[in-house]
Amino acid sequence: MAKNKKSETVDKKTVIEQSNELFDFNGVWDYAPSPEGTSHVKLKERYDLYIDGKFVAPSSGKYFKTVNPATDEELAEVAYGNEQDVDKAVKAARVAYETVWSKLSAKERGKYIFRIARLMQEKARELAVVETLDAGKTIRESRDVDVPLACNHFFYYAGWADKLEYAFPNRKTQALGVAGQIIPWNFPLLMAAWKIAPALAAGNTVVLKPAETTPLTAMLLAEIIHESGLPAGVVNIVTGYGDTGAAIVNHPDVNKVAFTGSTNVGKIIQKAVAGTGKKLTLELGGKSANIIFEDAPIDQAVEGVVNGIFFNQGHVCCAGSRLFVQESVADMVIQKLKDRLDTLYVGNPLDKNTDIGAINSKAQMETILKYIEIGKNEGADIYESKCSIPKKGNFIRPTLFTDVAQSSRIAQEEIFGPVLSVQTFRTIDEVIQKANNTPFGLAAGVWTDKGSRIFNLTTKLRAGVVWANTYNKFDPTSPFGGYKESGFGREGGMHGLGAYLKFER
Amino acid sequence: MSTNKIHKKVPDFRLSPTVDKVGVEERVARFQTRSIKNESKMQGLKMVLNMIDLTTLEGKDTPGKVRQLCYKAQHLHDVQPDLPTVAAICVYPSMVAEAKKALGNSGIKVASVSTAFPSGQAPHEIKIMDTRFAVENGADEIDMVISRGKFLAGEYNFVFDEIAAIKEACGSARLKVILETGELASLDQVRRASDIAMYAGADFIKTSTGKIQPAATMQVTYTMLCAIKDFYLKTGVKVGMKPAGGISNSKLALHNLVMVKETLGAGWLNNEWFRFGASSLANDVLMQIMKQTTGHYQSADYFSID
Repeated sequence: MAKNKKSETVDKKTVIEQSNELFDFNGVWDYAPSPEGTSHVKLKERYDLYIDGKFVAPSSGKYFKTVNPATDEELAEVAYGNEQDVDKAVKAARVAYETVWSKLSAKERGKYIFRIARLMQEKARELAVVETLDAGKTIRESRDVDVPLACNHFFYYAGWADKLEYAFPNRKTQALGVAGQIIPWNFPLLMAAWKIAPALAAGNTVVLKPAETTPLTAMLLAEIIHESGLPAGVVNIVTGYGDTGAAIVNHPDVNKVAFTGSTNVGKIIQKAVAGTGKKLTLELGGKSANIIFEDAPIDQAVEGVVNGIFFNQGHVCCAGSRLFVQESVADMVIQKLKDRLDTLYVGNPLDKNTDIGAINSKAQMETILKYIEIGKNEGADIYESKCSIPKKGNFIRPTLFTDVAQSSRIAQEEIFGPVLSVQTFRTIDEVIQKANNTPFGLAAGVWTDKGSRIFNLTTKLRAGVVWANTYNKFDPTSPFGGYKESGFGREGGMHGLGAYLKFER
Repeated sequence: MSTNKIHKKVPDFRLSPTVDKVGVEERVARFQTRSIKNESKMQGLKMVLNMIDLTTLEGKDTPGKVRQLCYKAQHLHDVQPDLPTVAAICVYPSMVAEAKKALGNSGIKVASVSTAFPSGQAPHEIKIMDTRFAVENGADEIDMVISRGKFLAGEYNFVFDEIAAIKEACGSARLKVILETGELASLDQVRRASDIAMYAGADFIKTSTGKIQPAATMQVTYTMLCAIKDFYLKTGVKVGMKPAGGISNSKLALHNLVMVKETLGAGWLNNEWFRFGASSLANDVLMQIMKQTTGHYQSADYFSID
């Protein structure tokens, strides 16, 4: 029983500092393991390339392994496509575009896309489990976020297919032709949906390359597309590494390149595409700011910040990796952040109670650990969650750095992991300046009870998305994209449709 | 025993922290995705049973009804061994003496509503007398209602002083302060009323009388748990939480425990600091416990209704 006798003399500061001992988030009662079943999933031993409506072996005969990052177990072998395979895929896409897809009425195009969406919904559970196995993300996220959102993107763009003249009134639109698309490993199926759905709705054909660490759901999507009866060659999926992607970018018969991934690769692609007449959209890295003002609903702000950075292990291009807190509430916010970190469950991604899953790959794990070392060496205060982590597999405790300066590398460079840097500010002008003082500009979050302040900030923050009193909200109807080194072009909504069209007037 | 006291240093209640409803709803939805299985489910169900304030608050209550309920409180389901008892019986002041006698030295507490429950629309002296009567008859705990009319009119000092006066009348009995959140309209107001009650000496804050809908929604309970956490950080005093009304099934009760665990931690996961005000919850929990034990659901006829 707590004694209240001392309460008048207890110093506020000491209580806050003791808080970690005051709240015991692990004792007494814990959740029993509750893993999602995998018996309904039948993975093949080997996945081939999907070209011209057929599953074909790579011309080199080479395959690479894809592993479960939570257990290091091998899941399947996947074809390593080379220049020749890409050329075959682009040719198939060109023929499909010229002879079938561009001749089809828009209404019929829409029907195919609707059919893909419905088939994905039917196989939602299988897709979610495979996504979790291959990418290490939690089943809670793949089941509640990735797969439903991916389906919704197909549904949304299916609806636009025969209404392009309403999306762009008084303009005459024309499909581009063959779109080459390269997607990252953080949201494998969702990114495939972001890319394929608008491209098809606008009347293009597609050659898509999934990331080398997460090719499986793209191959399941290929099977779904095959089952939907989509004409051969309209969607081609070529798995492989960076050189496979480069072959797509450099292929002379590709009309449009869409890339989501790192800023470094984005720059290489932009150079390669320069002067070729290929249309380009890039969705690259970020170092997005979350800003908490003193009048914010603090508990909800803390929750939003936690979801903003630790969602998908921090492998999110728009992750709110820089937190700015007004000094008057900084102690309180940091304490609450630490408490919340301690209540996060890190572990088996298939367990329904897991909040944070496995880091996607050994390479990424090394990058994150390198940045944690850099943060320590820069003299920032580190706090790691007290949660337990599995001995095997790629796991990192949710981590935050306080007392971080704007000039620290951990505040400037994208870490792409569960690491949050916390900075404080005094005035609104100061925080706007600091938030914009970055080569990136993908997203930002503002937490305040005052409506006028929100609108003031949304006009001044140089970020593609600004969320107010929430974070990481995605919807197919809403455009997404960045400023500066975070890329250009928009995906989602009508803007995303426009990126796959040329306007003849 | 009383665990809080009337605080002399109080904040300006007009400046209580704001609460974002959408954010609260999202947080609550996360608690509800927790999957409680096997041994943790069994342990949770037993904890729920042990946290129940078994309640009868009707105009037609009689000593006979109260005696039956008191027996049930001590013998929830005798065919199943190792079951805990409920935490307390909650009755009107006129039934306290009967309940006290029926419960004897079972360790089960007697809680009495007071202050002209449920409306609270009575003169100050009558509320004090109501409380004293219950305490003198042996009530271990007093469940008072706040004056919602005064609160909504912005008369926070009136509400504070009234709670403080009842706190004094309680003596060593523990005071639960019912905010009747269904009449407060917003989570901002729930937060403010929670702060007032705790600084005025509440040992427990409680959502509802059970007479007004909506009652103990998880959104409201979560808002109050956050207020308790902040109060503890500021003063070092623990305050208990009692959601009451509307929690009639095991699943919802378990999700409430998840919410307590992840907000306040293990220190609050016992009936000293957390209670359910409920009349029909116990039998649903018993049904689930039997299901966990035998592997089969039994019909409601196998569980006594008192």
